[in-house]
Amino acid sequence: MEIFKSNKSYNFMGKRLPFLAFSSLLVVASLILLFTKGLNLGIDFSGGTLVQVQYNKAAPIKEIRDILAKDVRFEKASVTEFGSEEEVIIKIPTTSSTLGKDIGDDLRITLQPTGNYEIRRVDMVGPKVGNALQEKGIAALSLSLLIILVYVSFRFEWRFAVASILALIHDISIALGAIVLFNIDFNLDILAAILTILGYSLNDTIIVFDRIREGVNTSKENDLDNVVNQSVSNTLSRTTLTSLTTFFVVLTLYVFGGEIINGFSFTLLVGIIVGTYSSIFIAASFLVQLKFSISNYRENEAKKEKRAKDKEKLRAQFEQGTV
Amino acid sequence: MQFLNYRLVIFSLVTIFGIFFSIPSFLQTDDGKKISLGLDLQGGLHMLLGVETQKAVEGKIKSIAATVKYFTDNEDILIEDITIEEEQMSFLLLDDSESTKIDTMLAEIQGLEINKSSNFVYSISLTPVETEIVKDMAVGQAVETIRNRLDQFGLAEPSVTRQGQNDIVVELPGIKTPQEEQRARELIAKPANLELMEVDELKSDQVYNLSDEEAKEMGNLILEDTNDPQIKYLVKQIPILTGSEVVDAKVAFDQQSNQPIINFTLSTFGAKVFGDFTARSIGKRLAVVLDGKVFSAPNIRERIGGGSGQISGNFTVNEAGNVAIALRSGALPAPVIMLEKRSVGPSLGADSINASMFALISGFLLVVVFMIIYYGLAGIISNIALVTNLFIIIAVMAMFGATLTLPGMAGIVLTVGMAVDANVIINERIRELLKQGKSVHKAIEDGYKNAMSAILDANITTLLVAVILYVYGTGPIKGFAVTISIGILASMITAILGTHGIYEALKNKITKDKNLKKWFGVN
Repeated sequence: MEIFKSNKSYNFMGKRLPFLAFSSLLVVASLILLFTKGLNLGIDFSGGTLVQVQYNKAAPIKEIRDILAKDVRFEKASVTEFGSEEEVIIKIPTTSSTLGKDIGDDLRITLQPTGNYEIRRVDMVGPKVGNALQEKGIAALSLSLLIILVYVSFRFEWRFAVASILALIHDISIALGAIVLFNIDFNLDILAAILTILGYSLNDTIIVFDRIREGVNTSKENDLDNVVNQSVSNTLSRTTLTSLTTFFVVLTLYVFGGEIINGFSFTLLVGIIVGTYSSIFIAASFLVQLKFSISNYRENEAKKEKRAKDKEKLRAQFEQGTV
Repeated sequence: MQFLNYRLVIFSLVTIFGIFFSIPSFLQTDDGKKISLGLDLQGGLHMLLGVETQKAVEGKIKSIAATVKYFTDNEDILIEDITIEEEQMSFLLLDDSESTKIDTMLAEIQGLEINKSSNFVYSISLTPVETEIVKDMAVGQAVETIRNRLDQFGLAEPSVTRQGQNDIVVELPGIKTPQEEQRARELIAKPANLELMEVDELKSDQVYNLSDEEAKEMGNLILEDTNDPQIKYLVKQIPILTGSEVVDAKVAFDQQSNQPIINFTLSTFGAKVFGDFTARSIGKRLAVVLDGKVFSAPNIRERIGGGSGQISGNFTVNEAGNVAIALRSGALPAPVIMLEKRSVGPSLGADSINASMFALISGFLLVVVFMIIYYGLAGIISNIALVTNLFIIIAVMAMFGATLTLPGMAGIVLTVGMAVDANVIINERIRELLKQGKSVHKAIEDGYKNAMSAILDANITTLLVAVILYVYGTGPIKGFAVTISIGILASMITAILGTHGIYEALKNKITKDKNLKKWFGVN
């Protein structure tokens, strides 16, 4: 079975401006969402208490809200259904630092009149920890981008590195936009999903770039647009195929994996779609926009090769003792 | 016969390794290293505790004050105005000819900063170095104490580890109900600071008219009775003895009231101090103080030797048990506070396992079927690599004694999707070359060669991101990073060595067969 004919070259670069425009639109919309509505920070980063309660019948959400509203300690609590109608998540922005009797115990007792229930999960993150996690998260994200920049510059050329970083920023902005749009709590697992997207999308982009590098080095074609078109077309089967298999498994995770990892798998789903799209249509366009020059690259490569050869020669002479 | 080649041999060995070491994890047998389930999958309590080390410094000063008091009482050296102000204690020496005696005694205690004014007011605090040592030891001792207490509480495999400078991670897998959890937390939090204190009989009747500050100025403290907060005691600020001299504590029952009480035994030194004190304080009251509350204040009728005593209060049996455990395992040198807590009920954990297992299996099957449809026999070869990959991940995780968490499970699911990538890249290259009319031998050789740089660059970058995730992540996120990293490395072994070895072994057969559609799915 084949999806794309591998010997056919599609003219991606000819249509790059419409795609770039479409992407810009998505990115701008995402950024607007991010800066107006903002990320809905979960308790991992903002600090607070989260309690998951399962009733033996449909959860009496209204009753729970009423009971909590009457109590000063739980005034700011939010109650939402979680997965099924028997289960609810109660979120309280405060925490308690005493070990003996904590806010979760208080809540358990306060809820007693609402029926038969089981407390299935209590997460409590103190403000100090939340701040530390926030700092670590930002550090992780920036450090990842920096290391990628260095590695790709070293293995390819700086324009490849910049183009791949731009593609990554594109993917992550859109994924974050989707998180804001669908009101997903931004917790540690979502951060992990974002970093996974980073790795995954980069993986995709590198494979396309690797093919472009190969095309520049081996083909006699001097027009960058043609080389890029040919390379992207050549890798099209692989890109779609891997994306499909990954998409399948993440989709099963989303559908069957349970409510707790729903946010995680949803973020990954968005990331895989956006990442695949950007590796095919966007990443290489950046390369063309950055005015990557085939002839300069070949010259540099030739120089590098010559230098390496000279070195080797010198070494050989040295070892033979002729120098 | 080219059937055996080095790639195939290595791959077979790796596969055997993978299967062998993943068996204990699959069957969850008792022997052999296996993956244990994380708290989010089996249910349990995870806590990050902070130690308020400042309080340990204050406690140290207090015990130094008690030592000074004991020494001067014994040697009949007259001192006055002995007070403790947070991190500093001070007293006035009345007879300056005794100052060498005091100086010699103080010199024996390490890490003190001693200021002596011209009129012989001593102020004593800890040197900065000693302060750091005390703080550091407080955390270490808190870890030990909490571990001891939990061990005696009787839970399966409690884990207490230090994290960073001031924090402690406590993991309790065996917790089933919120009530059980609360009891464990109370046990951990119990300071268990036992102090034997002298009631100031001279001023005792003023106790209800004094403010805390006024009492402090006299070198006294006002403490409440544990049963009735209305009853107050005026005690000397410097304790006679602290809980650090307790060597054993047991629950017993009072013979008259049948109430649970706690009998404690003092160390030899403690017994001596206690005996000396009681001998010269006959007729006075001794307050038994636990965590700042007076439990009893009996009259001293005679010298009490032997070094044992008892705490009675309105205990329930559970409470008395907790106090006894806490006393036996030593006091917490400083209070601990909760910084983070994650507690998962066992039923939720089970649900999570089932759901993610189902996702893993169905996702796996989807990929396997898809690969066969798309690539034919080459798809089956890729699937062999995929299955081996899964075994290797589990085996390596088991060898490291890693725990499988929910994000880790997600990591495995994700790895299944991505692990075929290397094979897809290779298969596409082989197809390309076959279409250009290359021979099967040449197509396989060059296919692997051409695919190599892409596979390496792509996987190394992903691996870099995974490493950063590991370094900056906490708990479960680390698990996710670990599974992804192992998965990437394993997929490189299975794809680069494994499938290559298989093709190598089969290439003559494929050439003879000539049915490239069957083998590689090309038209």
